[in-house]
Amino acid sequence: MTAAPATVVEIMQSFVLLRLGERRFALAASEVAELVAPSRIFRFPHKSPAIEGVILRRGRMIPITDIADRLNGKKLTTRRFFLLATRQCGAQLDWIAIPVSGECELVTSDMMEAGASDSPHVAGWLSHGGEVIEVLRLAVLTPGPADVLTPRGTQKFQEATS
Amino acid sequence: MRAPAIARAPEPRTEQIILFRVSGQTFAISSASVQEVRSVDNIAGMAQDLPDSSIRKVRHSIRRGDRSLYIVNAALHFGLRPEPAALVFFLRRTRTALLVDGIEKMTTMSRLQALSHAFQGEERSWYRGLTALDQAVIPVVQPEGFLSLAELTLLESAQLAADTRAIAAETSGADIQ
Repeated sequence: MTAAPATVVEIMQSFVLLRLGERRFALAASEVAELVAPSRIFRFPHKSPAIEGVILRRGRMIPITDIADRLNGKKLTTRRFFLLATRQCGAQLDWIAIPVSGECELVTSDMMEAGASDSPHVAGWLSHGGEVIEVLRLAVLTPGPADVLTPRGTQKFQEATS
Repeated sequence: MRAPAIARAPEPRTEQIILFRVSGQTFAISSASVQEVRSVDNIAGMAQDLPDSSIRKVRHSIRRGDRSLYIVNAALHFGLRPEPAALVFFLRRTRTALLVDGIEKMTTMSRLQALSHAFQGEERSWYRGLTALDQAVIPVVQPEGFLSLAELTLLESAQLAADTRAIAAETSGADIQ
């Protein structure tokens, strides 16, 4: 008797392919909001080493984090765009800007779910243009737990302004 | 016959803020949180040394009414390179007197954005959030965030030691006379 083949879950969905140095990665298109040209980075004192600063985009202040450092072992030397992505943190939608070194591409493809041996930042794999590309799990690569409380002062102001 | 009232969009709520400088960096604080602004020269004679303070950013205290306020060097608090401070903000409903380099201006903010969850460090207690003014991003400080409860406890001990030393010095001075 032969063992049943392992189940391969394939889901057809849209992905954004992004270039970080020599490698290409993918993000679920549902997590990507926009691709923008690099703009002024505002820096202020903080103790979150993964955050470089914030950019101002349509009145929204978005922190920047270079995920190439974690994926390739070195920071990007050339930044062509900032990819603006969103993460759900509790009830709040949290934005993050990721520097990328090349054009991004929207593709629709089957994703093969990540296996037990894959790194936690890998959500799955997709095959595109003869390449096998890692689909990234943004929540693992970017800092921020889901259950951080909103600072008290902001809550007061938000209540007053709503 | 009375004309129907025209429905108006509610005015956006605003908050008066003071923009101040610390080591070349601009911060904002709600003007309602600042009870008094004094020059450093003005309070120099009133400040008491706290030689036993283990909190690097606090080296002096000042007596206000029946309690001591701790003079916090804002540059050291934020991890910036200290520059000679010119002003002291006495912060309302706190034990903090804040040493800053200067005031840039007073203005109003109409939007305060909560810090992104990507910020994970002490800044979550330092700032109420961020605001955008004239196409620049300014962190809005949390007045209660300059001294934690643990730091206040340590400072109370340092203050007690300083007071005891001062009383002993006064008593020995009186004995000599």
